Amino acid sequence: MIMIPSAIALVAAPLAAFVLIACATRKAPTLSALIAVLAVGASLGLSIGNLVGVIGGSMTGGAPGAFSGTHAALPWLSIPSVGRFRGLELAMGVLVDPLSATMCVIVSLVAFLVTVYSLGYMKGDPGFSRYFAYLSLFAFSMLGLVVADNYFQTFVFWELVGLSSYLLIGFWFEKPSAADASRKAFVTNRWADFGFLTGILVLFSVFGTFDFGQLSTALSGARGSAMLAVIAGLIFVGPLGKSAQFPFHVWLPDAMEGPTPVSALIHAATMVAAGVYLIARGFILFASVPAVMETMAYIGGFTALFAASIALVQTDIKRILAYSTLSQLGYMFMALGVGSMSAGMFHLTTHAFFKALLFLGAGSVIHATGEQDIFKMGGLGGKMKITAATFVIGALALSGVFPLAGFWSKDDILFASLGSGHVGLYALGLGVAFMTAFYMFRLIFTAFGGRAAERLHAHESGPAMTIPLLILAALTIIAGLTGSPWFKSAFGFSFGSFIFFGEPEASRLDLLTAGISTAMAAGGIALAWVVYGRKIVKAERLAAAFGPLYRLLQRKFYVDEIYGWIFSKVMLLVGVIFDWIDHTIIDGFFDGAGAAARATGRKLRLTQSGRLQAYALIIFAAIVIAVVVISTGLLGGTLN
Amino acid sequence: MIGLSQYLILSALLFCIGFIGAVAKRNAIAVLMGVELMLNAVNLNLVAFDRFGSHAAPLGQAFAVFIIAVAAAEVAVGLAIILTLYRRRASTTVDDLDALKG
Repeated sequence: MIMIPSAIALVAAPLAAFVLIACATRKAPTLSALIAVLAVGASLGLSIGNLVGVIGGSMTGGAPGAFSGTHAALPWLSIPSVGRFRGLELAMGVLVDPLSATMCVIVSLVAFLVTVYSLGYMKGDPGFSRYFAYLSLFAFSMLGLVVADNYFQTFVFWELVGLSSYLLIGFWFEKPSAADASRKAFVTNRWADFGFLTGILVLFSVFGTFDFGQLSTALSGARGSAMLAVIAGLIFVGPLGKSAQFPFHVWLPDAMEGPTPVSALIHAATMVAAGVYLIARGFILFASVPAVMETMAYIGGFTALFAASIALVQTDIKRILAYSTLSQLGYMFMALGVGSMSAGMFHLTTHAFFKALLFLGAGSVIHATGEQDIFKMGGLGGKMKITAATFVIGALALSGVFPLAGFWSKDDILFASLGSGHVGLYALGLGVAFMTAFYMFRLIFTAFGGRAAERLHAHESGPAMTIPLLILAALTIIAGLTGSPWFKSAFGFSFGSFIFFGEPEASRLDLLTAGISTAMAAGGIALAWVVYGRKIVKAERLAAAFGPLYRLLQRKFYVDEIYGWIFSKVMLLVGVIFDWIDHTIIDGFFDGAGAAARATGRKLRLTQSGRLQAYALIIFAAIVIAVVVISTGLLGGTLN
Repeated sequence: MIGLSQYLILSALLFCIGFIGAVAKRNAIAVLMGVELMLNAVNLNLVAFDRFGSHAAPLGQAFAVFIIAVAAAEVAVGLAIILTLYRRRASTTVDDLDALKG
């Protein structure tokens, strides 16, 4: 199969670029950028080639439901079993199947566009070369995670993704807020990764393998066991952190401190997508534990609502988008949790395109104006036509307006949650759709509409930045159609049936759901127009009317404050207690042992008088005693 | 009639006198003399056992000859040590030799 070598190459290309930039071309910024663009471009080309191959292969061969993937692995570390201690077999492999092939295209496509866009955005930055090195490392980590064929390798790349996001969020590390944000992202993810690591260790101790393929057969025999629930629950914590679901969501909004293209990459195709991808990859595992699935669905639903409500009152353009990412990731978790992996992956795909578009659009605005507060912008629509037009397309897609990408995937999710009997989540999803439309168009009416702010000298960005916007806008318009019934009738398959190797899921257009969700989106847009477009109702009066609620939202439900309190008070108290135990009990024990030995020695020293005749007397007395003991039968002696 | 017991009693007395001299005398030369007495008590034992014992070969006498030779060497070394000590410290009192005190 040609797919395996090309899959390896598409992962290796960005790594080569990273090494090359880091070692050789750091002093030549233009060359560094060129290397990064070429490497990620090569990955993109190879990914598309693989996807075409997989589509062709999966359409021609095999019965529906057959695992139409190919994989190859090399042993990496092998520790033989000794007695009852089980050995360890670690392999590094490549797995190409519809899921990974699709994900590779999404990752490399967004990474490629972001890299090209960064040529314009990062121009003149003193860390230009370093930026592209990190970007390549990020692409490498994410692609490696996507093609991994076992949990261990996934974990390795998972941590690499964490590392490169840390480097990129803290790219402007001289800014204290950026350094803090990168640390926050890293530490929050460490908490979650601990669950993931524990989970795969338990998994290995139970099943003796990390391999996805072997596990899928092993799991069918273990269905319903308590151990499986423990494993699924622990592994599930990892995606919660990476995909920034409640209660691990706190790092994502702060990650806005990184350069805007990095935000686009993190929010669209890498980092946060890793969590959703892991669940989709290990779906057999999660699907066999209903309790975890239910938890996943409700955490997702809660995060969707929670983040959307915070987004309603934010004023920073990037933070609004960040909370909308949280909210959309909540949708994806909800979809996975109600058992529709294909809906979750479909939303991940469409979201990757329109969220990258929105972030790059926001970057274009920030680049032009140097301003992030939407209320200090205004009238940008006239000055930045391409940016404004593409941004509106992205916002419409995010709001779920027919026929853009978000419409199809969001309806898929809503339909799946209704179909599986989660009426509450269905209603919640509709409510979130309304809020999404409202906050997105609040942003648009405020920043792009209205009167131009005089002191802002906005201008359209250069072609390096606008061309990626246009490509993403085109993808935003057409990507959703792959999940539409028309696509299915034309080609015989659709996104859902292609990606899911179990029973193919029919993609239908549920007219009721479509109608209600469109009405919700329209309602949200209309409300935003009333409040922020025409200013018929003053926003200030709304804020005053909902005073306490407004403050609660503006403070993001005080989650950061609660965490701050937990860390500064509770954790510190625990630390003080442990410190006391360490210093008093443990140190006391060992110090006491030492002091006892010293005191004994001090006493024993006195017996060494240095008087030779005393020594001789003692030796002779000892000999006499020994002879008496040996020669006396009464005392057990033998000489008689 | 003088038999083995009388020799052994004499030897034991000699050994005790030598031992008391070795552990109780202050003068290093007297200590050395005590040690010599103890060695000769042992010699007396060996020869007595040889004479009254049932063994054919004169093993006890051979041992005694060896001990006499070794004792002579020991005296030579011991006197040399004492002489050196006297030159360094102007004393032959064993109580002064407490450099090994802990």
